Amino acid sequence: MTAPPIVFDKVCKNYPLYHHFTGGIKNFIINMPAALKALRKTRFEALQDLSFEVRAGETLGIIGGNGAGKSTILGLVAGVLKASCGVISVTGRVSPLLELGAGFHRDLTGRENIILNGILLGLTRTEVMAKINAIIEFSELGEFIDQPVRIYSNGMLARLGFSVVAQLEPEILVIDEVLAVGDEEFQKKCINKMKEFKKKGVTMLFVSHSMSSVEMICDRVLWIENKTIRMSGVPREVVLKYAGSAPLI
Amino acid sequence: MRYFIDLTTVLTQKELKVRYKNSFLGYLWSIAHPLAFAFVFFMAFKVIMRVQMEGYVLFLIAGLFPWQWFSNSVNMSPNIFLSNSSIIKKVNFQRSAIVLASVLNETIHFAVSIPVIAFFVFVYHRTAHFSWLYGIPLLLIIQLVFTYGISLAISSLNIFFRDLERIAGICVALLFYFTPVIYNESMVPEKYRGLINFNPMSPLMVSWRDLFLDGRLDPPLLLISSIYAALALLAGFLIYRKLVWKFAEVL
Repeated sequence: MTAPPIVFDKVCKNYPLYHHFTGGIKNFIINMPAALKALRKTRFEALQDLSFEVRAGETLGIIGGNGAGKSTILGLVAGVLKASCGVISVTGRVSPLLELGAGFHRDLTGRENIILNGILLGLTRTEVMAKINAIIEFSELGEFIDQPVRIYSNGMLARLGFSVVAQLEPEILVIDEVLAVGDEEFQKKCINKMKEFKKKGVTMLFVSHSMSSVEMICDRVLWIENKTIRMSGVPREVVLKYAGSAPLI
Repeated sequence: MRYFIDLTTVLTQKELKVRYKNSFLGYLWSIAHPLAFAFVFFMAFKVIMRVQMEGYVLFLIAGLFPWQWFSNSVNMSPNIFLSNSSIIKKVNFQRSAIVLASVLNETIHFAVSIPVIAFFVFVYHRTAHFSWLYGIPLLLIIQLVFTYGISLAISSLNIFFRDLERIAGICVALLFYFTPVIYNESMVPEKYRGLINFNPMSPLMVSWRDLFLDGRLDPPLLLISSIYAALALLAGFLIYRKLVWKFAEVL
């Protein structure tokens, strides 16, 4: 039994409210004592006392309303944010599936963006070059691959992004609500790919507002509300409770 | 380490490709700017104000090209992290590589414009010097280190103080006139001459010009500019290291 790849132990995260800074140097210097004090005092709590672990090969869904702290959790897992208290341990390379077009440069072709993205996601150039054909094939972009991505549709961008991550053999895959834009066929393909990852034992974190995909893919679901875990358990039960709690429009 | 090199290479290639993809005249643009300024200063100081100096055009060109490299890099730096915010918020990679790539990109632009400087050297009936072979790489490295340090500091700080961008722009413009680029250090009044080398760009710019015009390298100037470069790198790195954790929070 190996150690769980992701462990959160009593993690909390608060942000200082940075408007004192971004208001400009002038404001900051003029109000220096007040600004420094405010910086220490007025902090925005994003997460409180959050503990969970993800076992190797498990697919964990995270659901919750807007602003509940889902993205903060992903940021902490990816290592771009630092916890304010508590301990986080993440073992393995984290590959985030980026939101639409993030990390792509508009003026570069699909092919050039694959290399750029692969490197940013932590692979060496040789590793990316070895996989580039598989990536292009998976994306089904055909001759568009040598066109600048600024002419791509949203669906095509999503395909390109997912294809890069899908072929790079992630160890921990983090997916933040990005599949919603592809067409139905491509979504199906992504879901299949994710199931394939599951079989291979890739650990996945899946944030989504689409309850049907959460139910379909996840082994376990965390419902985040009010800065901490409201409920955790079998997808079906959590999703039902969650859907029941939300006011229906 | 190997990964950092890969990352920087790919990012630099990206910058270069982006720069040249949208314009046929890419290379020309990178030399047009300093040439245009050389023309402006020539008109203002030689033709109108009648400064007594032989080969003033060459004199200007030997200083304006390396200056352009510095000022372009510094003026770009405030937006480096801001314009990559989406990826910084999601992926944990060495952020400093983006800054290095941006500075390297400008370095390449300068390097490919060296033949233009050499061309003017010949036009003014001077010769190439053997010392160029080691002098140019040496000065390139010193200026690269210096510029990287400054850019790293500005790009990191600007995330928190957005108006640093304006301040940096003004400072670079002011610094230009306090640096012996359009005038000779010997033209500075005696009582201020001791202050010249307190400007970190002065020893470097004077070295470039001496090297291109006379093939001369002055060891004390090299030493001073190396010290400035080391200090800039240290300061830039410390600031970056202190702030890098907060990038994703603020962006």
